[in-house]
Amino acid sequence: MNAKVFVLCLLWPIAASAQGFAGLGTDADGFAVPQPDPQFDFPADHAAHPDYRIEWWYLTANLTGPDGTPYGLQWTLFRSALAPQAGEGWTAPQLWMGHAAVTTPDDHYVTERLARGGIGQAGATEDEAWIDNWRLAGDWTGAMTLQADAEDFAYRLDMEATGPLVFQGEGGYSVKSAAGQASYYYSQPFLEVAGEVMIAGDTIPVTGSAWIDREWSSQPLAEDQTGWDWFSLSFDTGDKMMGFLLRQTDGTAYTSATWITAEGKTTPYPDGAFTAEPLTQSETAGATVPTRWQVRLPDRGVDVTVGAINADAWMTTSVPYWEGPVTVTGTHEGQGYLEMTGYE
Amino acid sequence: MNRTILSALLSHWWRNRMQLFTLLAGLALATALWSGVQAINSEARASYDAAAQTLGEGQYDQIRRSDGGLIADATYIDLRRAGLRVSPVIEDRLNGVRLVGVDPLTAPGGIGPVDVTNDDFNAFLTGRGQVYGTAAALADVGEIDADKVISPDVAPGTLLTDIAVAQRLLDRADGFDRLIVVPGQTLLQPALADIAPDLTRQGAQGADNDLAQLTDSFHLNLTAFGLLSFAVGIFIVNGAIGLAFEQRRPVVRTLRALGVPLDRLLWMTALELCVFALVAGGIGVAMGYGIASLLLPDVAATLRGLYGAQVAGTLSIRPLWWLSSLAIALGGTALAAGAAFWRLYHMPLLAAGQQRALAMAAGRSARWQAWSALVLLTVAAALVAAVAVAGLEQGLVAGFAMLACLLIGAALALPYLLDRVLTLGQAMARGVLPQWFWADTRQQLPGLSLALMALLLAMSANIGVSTMVSSFRQTFVDFLDQRLAAELYVTAEDAAQAQALQTFTATRTRAILPIQSAEITLADTPVSLLGARDDTTYRENWAFLASSPAPWDAIAAGEAIAINEQLWRRTALDIGQEVAIKGRTFAIAAVYSDYGNPLGQAIMTEPAFQGLFPEVTALSFGLRLPAEDVPDLVAEMEQALGLPEGATIDQSGIKAFSLGVFDRTFTVTTALNILTLAVAGFAILMSLLTLATMRLPQLAPVWAMGLTRAGLGRLELVRALLLATLTAVVALPLGLALAWVLLSVVNVAAFGWKLPMFLYPLDYARLGLFALIAAALAALWPAIRLARTPPADLLKVFSNER
Repeated sequence: MNAKVFVLCLLWPIAASAQGFAGLGTDADGFAVPQPDPQFDFPADHAAHPDYRIEWWYLTANLTGPDGTPYGLQWTLFRSALAPQAGEGWTAPQLWMGHAAVTTPDDHYVTERLARGGIGQAGATEDEAWIDNWRLAGDWTGAMTLQADAEDFAYRLDMEATGPLVFQGEGGYSVKSAAGQASYYYSQPFLEVAGEVMIAGDTIPVTGSAWIDREWSSQPLAEDQTGWDWFSLSFDTGDKMMGFLLRQTDGTAYTSATWITAEGKTTPYPDGAFTAEPLTQSETAGATVPTRWQVRLPDRGVDVTVGAINADAWMTTSVPYWEGPVTVTGTHEGQGYLEMTGYE
Repeated sequence: MNRTILSALLSHWWRNRMQLFTLLAGLALATALWSGVQAINSEARASYDAAAQTLGEGQYDQIRRSDGGLIADATYIDLRRAGLRVSPVIEDRLNGVRLVGVDPLTAPGGIGPVDVTNDDFNAFLTGRGQVYGTAAALADVGEIDADKVISPDVAPGTLLTDIAVAQRLLDRADGFDRLIVVPGQTLLQPALADIAPDLTRQGAQGADNDLAQLTDSFHLNLTAFGLLSFAVGIFIVNGAIGLAFEQRRPVVRTLRALGVPLDRLLWMTALELCVFALVAGGIGVAMGYGIASLLLPDVAATLRGLYGAQVAGTLSIRPLWWLSSLAIALGGTALAAGAAFWRLYHMPLLAAGQQRALAMAAGRSARWQAWSALVLLTVAAALVAAVAVAGLEQGLVAGFAMLACLLIGAALALPYLLDRVLTLGQAMARGVLPQWFWADTRQQLPGLSLALMALLLAMSANIGVSTMVSSFRQTFVDFLDQRLAAELYVTAEDAAQAQALQTFTATRTRAILPIQSAEITLADTPVSLLGARDDTTYRENWAFLASSPAPWDAIAAGEAIAINEQLWRRTALDIGQEVAIKGRTFAIAAVYSDYGNPLGQAIMTEPAFQGLFPEVTALSFGLRLPAEDVPDLVAEMEQALGLPEGATIDQSGIKAFSLGVFDRTFTVTTALNILTLAVAGFAILMSLLTLATMRLPQLAPVWAMGLTRAGLGRLELVRALLLATLTAVVALPLGLALAWVLLSVVNVAAFGWKLPMFLYPLDYARLGLFALIAAALAALWPAIRLARTPPADLLKVFSNER
């Protein structure tokens, strides 16, 4: 219990008071702030940006086993800074956290790792992001590998990029609220996956697709935002859509979405164009969350029902949230991933 | 109706305030000693738990380098990146206090017992950093460049902080002392040997001895004393309650005749006793806290000296402790009142209350008591015979069982013995007054028997324990003379200085005896192996408990080793057997005594030792030279070699230190001894005072026949002295038997060494004198009161005669 309490505040350092989900709404004092019209430089920008407060490398995958069982897989590396410099050795003010999960229709496996920066136990360079023996490595527009393990599950995947990197928001500048908080945000949603997942004593060969999100900022949430619901949907037509809903304390929400064509061309949609309406609430291990949504993007004729494959995909980590694979039905068919944060 | 019953019952106490005082004080004293001992024990246990939690000792496996060196940063990172979940630890001394640095992100259980709140964590990792520890430890470390945070759950004498802060404070960035292994195996985890073959993993029970186990016998000793004191106190309570019940018989009879149901009466009485028990228990707990606070610093020092265990020197009030003490007070009262309740329940409705009912009841139960005494003493004798004659090994519990049987059996037998002696005295008496004196003493016996039993227990415990302690001390002094034969002991700071030291002193001393050791395992027990240079010092001074012929020659030849008594007794190892150490076999040539060491030890010759452990260099040396040359040599060494002042200690200094630790150890026992004796004296006083009021009808006729009141008073004193002397006579053989059991059974089972028993007649005589003085003092006040009884009171007896 001690570990939980202090890790909670360690990752999202609190000056005087915590704002928003996991303190992500706290002031960006001293840290760099994202500016519009970013110029990205790859592969250099795949590495860490220590002058920004919070950063992540976020992979979600929809996989299928040989018998057709759907598997959802998550691999996330978070970086959080206590001060805006990289630092060296054990006094470096950078903290790293890794989450890994595998979700089946019946089970949900979760694990977590923690590390301090500056010593080499975790980090991210141009071609590798790692914590302990968990790795996401390779060429983001070519071949990549992925690995993570825990006491009750593990996975090793080989991935091949079949499309370019895409930039969310306005060329990679993603606005989160009317007040103007923003982050740098790009994704690699075109990954074909083949590998193996080890759960319950079995090694299961799996194939499917994966989506990596990269995001960094210093104050991603406004003071009055409590959390978000994030959707990444891959339609059978080959198009993809990313949409998120930032819930505000006054009951309204700020939304944003990006439409991604099969060739990798993006169209951003401002607040209000994308809507998501919760249909069914489920009680999970942590909180009561909506696990079926009606998602609409009228500008593209999208009116779909997004439903969780496993309603109980609660992440029992130091900072808890819900993350799991979903199926898409309605005007479009497909699959995707759903993340919901800020529910108590 | 309840109110009427209660007021009727309580009115008895109002009129007999002395009895109430006896009851409450007896119970309070009993609870005080018991709870004091329990407080000490639970404080120690909490410290052991805190140590285990703080440092993961005994809880998690550890990884160290096989050659004892530091584990490099890079190695740690390699292990983590390969998938092994380990957490680094830095441990060192900062200004004399142990400082432990951990990485809270990777350590299992975070920072252990420390509760880090939101705002603290930033401060913990960044800026000046924070150091957690008990107030005492933080005070000891003095000024440091970090924020101090008081955290009482950290192990005493230890400070806990983040690795980065520890590295800065200790000025050490050279690696980690060990790695803690997070329990659990991840699926892609490789074997340790594949990544870092020079590291070994030690099981959680491995290198660090379980402190709780080691110190168990010490705490058992304390508990036994607590129990003894409690038993003595309960005797007092039994007497007081029994008397009160007897005297309230008329009240009970009246109430029942008025229509009060029996079980209502019993519940009310039980309730009344409950309240008294809680009140007395509360007072006892407070007193116990005081006793424990006074004794705890000595206990802590003893545990540190004997076992290296760190125990907090101050007491913190734990709910479990005072709750259990109150429970025991209630339990003891229930036990003491059991017989009285039973009698009350079976009493016929119109039974007359009798002043002498106590004596009558005692007469009936005397037979039963005598028989149980016989049974218990037989059991004790059988156990003793089994050990002494047949040489059977007995464990600690059997030892204490023997003690309990002896003590309780003797206590139960005492009234019967005294009665027989008094009868004999009466038969031999010539003259009216002596005859009356003996008869009157006999008649008073039942009322005093409990107090005398308490005195017997206290005296025999005193004799037994003081014999044991004195025998131990005498043997220990001889032993120190033997083992500390060198005139001067020097410790070098590092190998280079050790080498310079040896060259420097080679010409200035008769012999240099290096002291080097390594940890090995023999017969599944952790053992310290010492390497000793062959020298006449050992051959002349050491005495073996058992040996094969010419043991020193065999040892010097590198073919044999000598083991200490503890190892010999605890394992199946014996003279002539062979053991394997690092691939070479050695025979066991001799067994030597090793008092004060709770662990196993073995000695081999220096060349053989260096062959097996070439990496170990001796840093400590004993030097043989004439005693008068020691100060000069010390001055020369400090100048030429730059030895700091504390690096040398001469023979007398080290002997004084060892004896100091020894004496400290038994301060606690001595204190408890005295307290128990005081409780017994109090018991006598209370009994005499209580009986005094009932004695008037028996004394009035004697006074009427011409014996003055002053004469009566003097006879009271004589009686008390007589009974105390008789008790002392019984206490002596009992005490010696106790001492024998302690030395031959309990000590052997608890510590692993057997001591010869020496007798100290002067000490016994002194104790007897103290007992007599205590009895005389206890009897003084009742005697004076009797001597000052107004004649009118004595006359009233004749008009009120039943």
